[in-house]
Amino acid sequence: MAWFGKREWRAMADPVFDNNPIMLQMLGICSALAVTTKMDKALVLGISVIAVAGLASLIVSLIRKYTPHSIRIIVQLAIISSLVIVVDQVLKAYLYEISLELSVFVGLIITNCLILGRTEGFAMQNPPWISFIDGIGNGLGYAVLLLMVGFVRELLGSGRVFGYPVFTAVNDGGWYVPAGMFLLAPAAFFIIAAIIWALRVWKPEQQEND
Amino acid sequence: MNVDSPAYTLAFATVVCVVCALFVSGTSVLLADRQEINQLLYLRKNVLVAAGVLEPGARLSNEQAMALFEQRIEPRLIDLGSGDYVSGMDVIGYRQREARGDPDRSRPIADNPAGVRRTPHLAKVYLVEDQDSFSQVVIPIEGLGLYGTMYGFLALERDTRTITGIAFYENRETPGLGAELTNPLWMARWPGRLAYDEQWQPAIALVKGQVGPPAENPYEVDALSGATITSNSVTELLHFWLSDQGFAPYLEKARTRGAF
Repeated sequence: MAWFGKREWRAMADPVFDNNPIMLQMLGICSALAVTTKMDKALVLGISVIAVAGLASLIVSLIRKYTPHSIRIIVQLAIISSLVIVVDQVLKAYLYEISLELSVFVGLIITNCLILGRTEGFAMQNPPWISFIDGIGNGLGYAVLLLMVGFVRELLGSGRVFGYPVFTAVNDGGWYVPAGMFLLAPAAFFIIAAIIWALRVWKPEQQEND
Repeated sequence: MNVDSPAYTLAFATVVCVVCALFVSGTSVLLADRQEINQLLYLRKNVLVAAGVLEPGARLSNEQAMALFEQRIEPRLIDLGSGDYVSGMDVIGYRQREARGDPDRSRPIADNPAGVRRTPHLAKVYLVEDQDSFSQVVIPIEGLGLYGTMYGFLALERDTRTITGIAFYENRETPGLGAELTNPLWMARWPGRLAYDEQWQPAIALVKGQVGPPAENPYEVDALSGATITSNSVTELLHFWLSDQGFAPYLEKARTRGAF
């Protein structure tokens, strides 16, 4: 058996565009609004979600045959929340200043429906390796969208990408008048909506029937 | 084996809890040292920002920030009541926030609009060195905001009156509104304003509407838009720490001496 065959590839790539957790399933919108004002924050939260989703799915799948049916959800939550606390601790140790801005939202990964959705909906029925890849793939789908929204908001809202000036803002002696609206939460709604629209024009099979 | 029997379920739950607890507390213990260094570094960067030595949001490695702090800043302990320097104590290791919570090392304060409940007997101030003499003092400030205590630093020139900068390093205010007190553009409006009026009463205040340059409106700073409570709290906490209950005795002595 190939370690990374067609099935593994599909499990990883599908959630990015074909079955994106935010764009198709509308999960995890809250943090997508809150942390996308800067790309570095979006990237760090994206990586955190990838790590938690992958590891949680792996562990849940490893113990799925020994998990009593009646307490399976709370067992999954215990695993997810332990992983999230560890991620938070690691961020505080290695990326302190970003963790100060993110820490509420890192905690909120616990309640991100996307992760519990994958552990309950996929990892409980599937072997560990494919579950791990499925978790990573869904995390990736989330991270890609966060970065897309973050790119638009940071570029138009402050003229920067990853903190480096692209359009020199008026305040720094340049020509670009930052569109402050993009730094407010409603802007993220419009951008996500625009991306969903574009995606569904590109892939009409994602359109819902009235 | 029946995985759905009550005894097995109970045993399984116990094992999961113990393993998760060990995992979480293990990481926490392993990373504690690093996190503590980060906190210290962050505090020191904010002292440098308040003193105007460092631009807010400057990209600086940990080693550079530590070196800059050690080169330019000298922490000292003072007795808040008398305003005198206290020597013979470990200044670096002194934790003011811990001391403030310890009944033996702090005193209760009567109800005040800044929401300060206790003040420590000893406070840590940071002297800023400039060409072999101390040109500024950075004092710690704190007070109740809308959702929790705000912590920061205020830097004053040698006349103990002219503000050189302010930096809040911890707050729980609303992101985008009250939490804008960490916005570099807002922080840039502080240098040059006056903390005390001619009678040495605390005068600096956040006001709504357009505020001119320091020469026109020396005692006023633009309030944070959409954050009335946070803005009023900043005014109140500054007045508290500039009063006799705060650093006024120390600042007065420094003023009389003509040096920090």
